[in-house]
Amino acid sequence: MLNIWSMKKKQKEAENAEGQAAGGKRKKVTAAQLRVQKDLSELSLGATMKTDFPDPDNILNFILSIEPDEGMYRGGKFTFDFAINQNFPHEPPKVLCREKIYHPNIDLEGKVCLNILREDWKPVLNLNAVIVGLQFLFLEPNASDPLNKEAADDLRSNREGFKRNVRTAMSGGSVKGAPYDRVLK
Amino acid sequence: MEVPRANQTHAGPVYKPRSGGRRISGPIRAVQDSGHVCHTSHRYFLLETETNGGGSGAGGLGCEILKNLAMSKFKDIHVIDMDTIDISNLNRQFLFRKSDVGKFKAEVAAKFVEQRVKGVKITAHNKRIQDFDDEFYKQFQLVICGLDSIEARRWINAMLVSIAEESEDPDGVKPLIDGGTEGFKGQARVIFPSFTSCIECQLDMHAPRAAVPLCTIASIPRQPEHCVEWAHVIAWEQEKPFPKLDKDDPEHVTWIYQKALKRAEEFNIPGITYSLTQGTIKNIIPAIASTNAIIAAACCNEAFKIATTTATCLGFENNYMMYSGNDSIYTYTFKHEKKEDCPVCGREARPLDVDPNMTLQDLLDSFAVRPEAQLKKPSIRAEGKTLYMQVPQSLEEQTRPNLNKSLKDLGLENGQEVVVTDPAFPLEFNFFFRFKAESS
Repeated sequence: MLNIWSMKKKQKEAENAEGQAAGGKRKKVTAAQLRVQKDLSELSLGATMKTDFPDPDNILNFILSIEPDEGMYRGGKFTFDFAINQNFPHEPPKVLCREKIYHPNIDLEGKVCLNILREDWKPVLNLNAVIVGLQFLFLEPNASDPLNKEAADDLRSNREGFKRNVRTAMSGGSVKGAPYDRVLK
Repeated sequence: MEVPRANQTHAGPVYKPRSGGRRISGPIRAVQDSGHVCHTSHRYFLLETETNGGGSGAGGLGCEILKNLAMSKFKDIHVIDMDTIDISNLNRQFLFRKSDVGKFKAEVAAKFVEQRVKGVKITAHNKRIQDFDDEFYKQFQLVICGLDSIEARRWINAMLVSIAEESEDPDGVKPLIDGGTEGFKGQARVIFPSFTSCIECQLDMHAPRAAVPLCTIASIPRQPEHCVEWAHVIAWEQEKPFPKLDKDDPEHVTWIYQKALKRAEEFNIPGITYSLTQGTIKNIIPAIASTNAIIAAACCNEAFKIATTTATCLGFENNYMMYSGNDSIYTYTFKHEKKEDCPVCGREARPLDVDPNMTLQDLLDSFAVRPEAQLKKPSIRAEGKTLYMQVPQSLEEQTRPNLNKSLKDLGLENGQEVVVTDPAFPLEFNFFFRFKAESS
């Protein structure tokens, strides 16, 4: 058997000199957790966003709330479930809107059409990028990436009508027969 | 040029390095007369397909690897695979017969090879690799993977690196040989955990799965795959025909297939078939038998060389062989460097001498004055335990009460590993506690 040890023994000995005498088993932090910790400590949320960790020991699952202070969705409070798996950052976080809202890029089940959450995700992107992306969706809803087709059609054909529909939906009313959740603060 | 042959007896093979190849120094240890390459006490270990995506080619690699190892006279092999045999496996997973459909792959493969090759002992585990702990993996000398997911690779890699780092003797370093194929392409690589570039260091070698924008799937499908994804992602969620999607259940796949067919008709898109549906939802890239054979052969020869030292193996210098067969044939072997900031093998945890009775606040304050750290806003976590986070605000509030607790009261133990991050530093700091003997 190849003796890897002898090849690197000296290097190891030097390391061991300072690394000895740790009793018990060392439990390593997983790569995904480590990266999330790093991402979280670099997070800059501003006044319009908040996080909520149902279990602070589990940083892979949390809720993000966004309260836009400008744009068509101003005055609303929107919350998103973040679920990060052990394959992060190779895989993007899974993000789901918890409310049923009227938005061209968010469907009635809460799925979000944001390029960096799917086709354009790269491991160099971090949670901050995702959160900024979500915030941007409320400032600039995008009719060319429709997930709620009706809302997208409305936005494209009649911007003023779309704005009215947003207000109606946000206060818990129905738009074209579809009831929406009340999200006003 | 002669190369070592596993079954050669008596005469030691003469190995001449290929032109331009590195010379092998020292006497070449020949294969011993019995034809046995390794001591029976050596245990080798094969990991095979895992949880998701059964038919994606790893089972094919596994069959090849198991056959090669046994025929190279490896004596004591364990094989892990939690998958069962599907009819679609039979075209390339040659250790299985039609009558084996539904049985465990590991079990059938082990039995077949044991019967076919004299003197080999193969132990089958019909489980997931994650079902075993470090004590289990410590019993092997070498690990060969034909896994089908990056997640599983990262898991076994982290396991072997951690065993190597904690070990105080040479047996702790278990060479990890990883093979993988995708259609006509493949790779074989050798990792000496904690010494050379690991799978986590090499994560950028895996292209992320090509995904189609959700809005394309939802509103403007152009290809049959878009319709399948719509049925899979959107229609399934809306209608939930079964409580949980099982991609191996024909009834579930049929449901998606029919939904996709309907949607494709709506948009005049031809080409939806049952197998396309299955392939799309399971993200199957057709496995090609000979690519598996090439990659498995490369992996097993590296295992053979490591076990016998008959020739230079991949590892310390070159450690990664990529094979590309989709445009003529191209192979390239290179050295993937170890990453300084690798979250798994980079910067081994450093000892931190602490008094178990000190408070977390005291510990954090001490980071500000440690010369190598000088952290102003440190956040600290242990595995599954958030000790103190400076941001985000809610987490800060939730963890603030910990500051006044002692390390002992926080349930931290001697040897506990902690990760410290600070926004001012791009890298994190890894420490493990070395408790000072309590002076009384």
